[in-house]
Amino acid sequence: MFDSIDISLVDWSRGQFALTAMFHWLFVPLTIGLSFIVAFMHSIYVKSGDEAWKKITKFWMKLFGINFAIGVSTGIILEFEFGTNWSNYSWFVGDIFGAPLAIEGILAFFMESTFVAIMFFGWNKVSKRFHLASSWLTAFGASLSALWILVANAWMQHPVGTLFNPDTARNEMINFWDVIFSEMAVNKFLHTVTSGFLLASVFVIGVSAWFLLHKREVLFAGRSTVVASVFGVIAGVATIFTGDASARIVAREQPIKFAAMEALYEGQSHAPLVAIGAMKSDTSQESYTRENFIFKIEIPNALSYMVFLTPNGFVPGIGDLVYGNREQGIMAYEEKIERGAVAIQTLKELKRARERDDEVTYQALREKFHDPEWLDTYYRYFGYGYYQNREIGELVPNVKMSFYAFHIMVILGIHFLILSGLALWLSLKNRWGRHKWLLWVAIMTIPLPWIASEAGWVVTEMGRQPWVVYELLPTLSAVTRLHPGAVQVTFWIFLATFTALFIAEIKIIVTQIKKGPGGQ
Amino acid sequence: MFGNLSYIALQQYWYVIVSLLGSLLVFLFFVQGGQTFIFRIGRSEAERTIIVNALGRKWEFTFTTLVTFGGAFFASFPLFYATSFGGAYWVWMIILFAFVIQAVSYEFRTKANNFLGQRTYEWFLFANGLLGTLLIGVAVATFFSGARFSLDGMNSVTWATGAHGLEALLSIFNLSLGLSVFFLSRILGLLYFMNTIDHGQIITRSRQALLRNAIPFVAFFLIFTTWLLLREGFAVDPATGEVFMEPYKYLHNLLAMPPVMILFLAGVVAVLGGIACGLLRDRGNGIWFAGPGTVLVVFSLFLLAGFNNTAFYPSTYDLQSSLTIRNASSSHYTLVAMSWVSLFVPFVMAYIFFAWRALNRKKIDEKEMEEESHVY
Ligand code: HDD
Ligand code: HEM
Ligand code: HEM
Repeated sequence: MFDSIDISLVDWSRGQFALTAMFHWLFVPLTIGLSFIVAFMHSIYVKSGDEAWKKITKFWMKLFGINFAIGVSTGIILEFEFGTNWSNYSWFVGDIFGAPLAIEGILAFFMESTFVAIMFFGWNKVSKRFHLASSWLTAFGASLSALWILVANAWMQHPVGTLFNPDTARNEMINFWDVIFSEMAVNKFLHTVTSGFLLASVFVIGVSAWFLLHKREVLFAGRSTVVASVFGVIAGVATIFTGDASARIVAREQPIKFAAMEALYEGQSHAPLVAIGAMKSDTSQESYTRENFIFKIEIPNALSYMVFLTPNGFVPGIGDLVYGNREQGIMAYEEKIERGAVAIQTLKELKRARERDDEVTYQALREKFHDPEWLDTYYRYFGYGYYQNREIGELVPNVKMSFYAFHIMVILGIHFLILSGLALWLSLKNRWGRHKWLLWVAIMTIPLPWIASEAGWVVTEMGRQPWVVYELLPTLSAVTRLHPGAVQVTFWIFLATFTALFIAEIKIIVTQIKKGPGGQ
Repeated sequence: MFGNLSYIALQQYWYVIVSLLGSLLVFLFFVQGGQTFIFRIGRSEAERTIIVNALGRKWEFTFTTLVTFGGAFFASFPLFYATSFGGAYWVWMIILFAFVIQAVSYEFRTKANNFLGQRTYEWFLFANGLLGTLLIGVAVATFFSGARFSLDGMNSVTWATGAHGLEALLSIFNLSLGLSVFFLSRILGLLYFMNTIDHGQIITRSRQALLRNAIPFVAFFLIFTTWLLLREGFAVDPATGEVFMEPYKYLHNLLAMPPVMILFLAGVVAVLGGIACGLLRDRGNGIWFAGPGTVLVVFSLFLLAGFNNTAFYPSTYDLQSSLTIRNASSSHYTLVAMSWVSLFVPFVMAYIFFAWRALNRKKIDEKEMEEESHVY
């Protein structure tokens, strides 16, 4: 079915989406986190009337504004890219997927952009309380927009609340609440937003450490550190908890992604967790049942415990999932492919019957798409049907990427929690800033949450491959039929533009930081 | 409440909402229009700062309206979203690019060490004003003149030309709407300056520029409207869904829907009245006529394109692939769910209005630029 589609078109389209999304994501988590930190500082100012707090608020607000602008600029392209580069996908899922995007615009983006204007310009124009309310509404607006887009993303990971309509050849929504409140969506939202708070906290702690190191603006830096480290500790704990919950959901709904995250080739009960490891470079795609580590440090039983909360749980490996494991009741991919092919064939026959005006056959086939048992036996594997006569290896996500990205995220998460904890504890004892090396650590840590955060998306999105909509729509057939050259051109244009804007943003932010809160 | 509405009623309701968003967007293009005057009207650095800041407090509304327009179209007419954006790839990519460079320019323009230099960001704003308005006008004109695409059994789009949308620029009909939108945005921009800025030179120059832009606007708009009413259009047979060409289709639509005709005429009068107001009086409230007038005109144009059994996104390449509000929409369930969400719209508009008022209570002048802590 994808005979006519050029692989390089798919790769360039993926590349372009990955590029633009990851650029957008450089700015989004800071917007989400910093907006709350600023609102909190603003509240302290309004409550205490202390001018020093006003100065603190204004300083961080300025950095927020610079970051916000480029966040908006990189966001618009994504909003339309589903149409421009994934138009088949947009039709196949538009009935569900468009809704959150529209709600995001109506409810969240307007809120954000209206109140952000008052937040910046309102100092002398509106009442103090209204101004403060605007800071909070900006922050809520940012998290609200995160909510809707993440609902959309969660649906792609785990499509619920929908029914395939064979007449229109698309998925149609049958339950809005299932889509919004799926466990996947709720957890994804919590994990993403708390990780944004954590990122912003680490940023504020790090920048303040720079001031402390240079013995400038000590009052400002000390106070900022206290606020940020309180946020950081809470967000750090929450990030780890929600991340752990996400992992459990992934293990249940997307076992192959989970196996890839852990580089687990052979399933086992009492499965150990690889804490740190390095993988061999010659992992050929065909052999799924081989050990691929050069070295690893394992925590016995931890993986089984993580998923099932008991060490006896059987965690399937990539081999079990691909070739099946009868003992554990796991279906082989061969079988899923056959079932998916049946679903695709049924759809084709239905279309032919409709074209022939063969009402009887048409109705009989149509019935199937409403029969829960048939749907569960065949339609559920619809996407696999596309993989008839193709390499089965294409159905396995990139193990190395998943493994490293996941482990980097987790290790860094623990580091951030420890750092925030230390900053808080020492600040309260008035000893933060005495140890130069700790300040240096805080400064060096500034870029790391971005690495963790991007790694998180790599796990989520690369681990989902080859699906755009899990088990229903392969990436290959989601793409717009363009000339690969066209996508290549836009790819390079975006790369050049975003890089230039990114350099500009960094330069501006660094300059503003160096000026400090005094030198507005 | 919405659950009881028929499918077609919901489809029409959503077409009206999308049209309303589209027409608000064209009104809010006063920001884009204003941006094309940065160099012409802002002769000194201080004047340029005033202009950029007057626009800078409003650009987010335009931007967000564009985003919401896209999102709402996706939710209610996903087939349009998939077909047009995927097919007319180049047109949309250039439009998007023009907005990407706009969003950073206000905030980055005067910041120290901004890498590209102040002048570059001003050119970005200029480019956004020129390309954004012109190309969106051209894209909307294809609602009447058609595009060259076909859809297969899975509704996936194939574009018949390698230019992927840029071919629309070769049609004088499309260009006449594009240029109308461009000049109209400039007019709205000028009227906005006259309304919010307190600076003698800027006001005088704005008024002079007003006439120079009103003439081409009226000319292009006349070409477009006359042509539109005389051309054949893409009619749909409501019983079979078959699309066929009908002479004077849009004229027929106008006559068949008297309320639309009234809106259209009222809109045209209001726009012209707003321009006259700006020409005759120094501190005209022209924007308060021309703005709503723009909304009415564009709104009624959208209705002409989609209502009364008309294909709103026609294909000249494969007539039966043309999109109508019936065959391009979301399911009944989704439209109902989204209709509940639409009840928030008045509330959103209310707080936007309130915020707008709060920030605009006083006119912008040089003194404020020196005192304000957040200046673009
Ligand atoms: C979890 C959060 C999150 C995620 C996953 C995304 N965004 Fe985003 N987006 C935001 C959170 C956010 C934000 C925090 O609300 C932004 C970032 C900076 C900003 O100014 O607002 C924003 C801005 C922003 C804008 C500009 C909004 C405006 O007019 O003010 C658009 C159009 C998008 N985004 C669209 C998207 C799309 C289509 C995404 C899917 C790939 C996406 N974003 C991923
Ligand atoms: C901003 C955070 C996000 C980042 C950093 C991100 C990252 C990525 C990456 C790296 C890819 C390429 C995967 C590959 O080529 O293997 C990708 C693809 C994709 N993502 Fe995301 N993503 C983000 C958010 C989202 C959201 C919120 C959605 C949907 C609502 C989404 C939908 C898609 C789609 C449709 C593709 C293209 C198909 C594919 O290659 O899987 N992404 N994203
Ligand atoms: C320390 C323990 C952590 C654990 C156990 C954890 C776990 C996870 C898991 C399992 C996923 C994939 C979810 C999916 O595919 O649906 C994920 C995604 C993600 N992680 Fe983490 N994570 C941790 C820390 C962090 C940190 C420190 C950050 C950033 C500061 C972060 C940012 C993200 C992001 C942005 C995503 C993508 C959004 C999502 O799918 O939820 N995580 N994390």
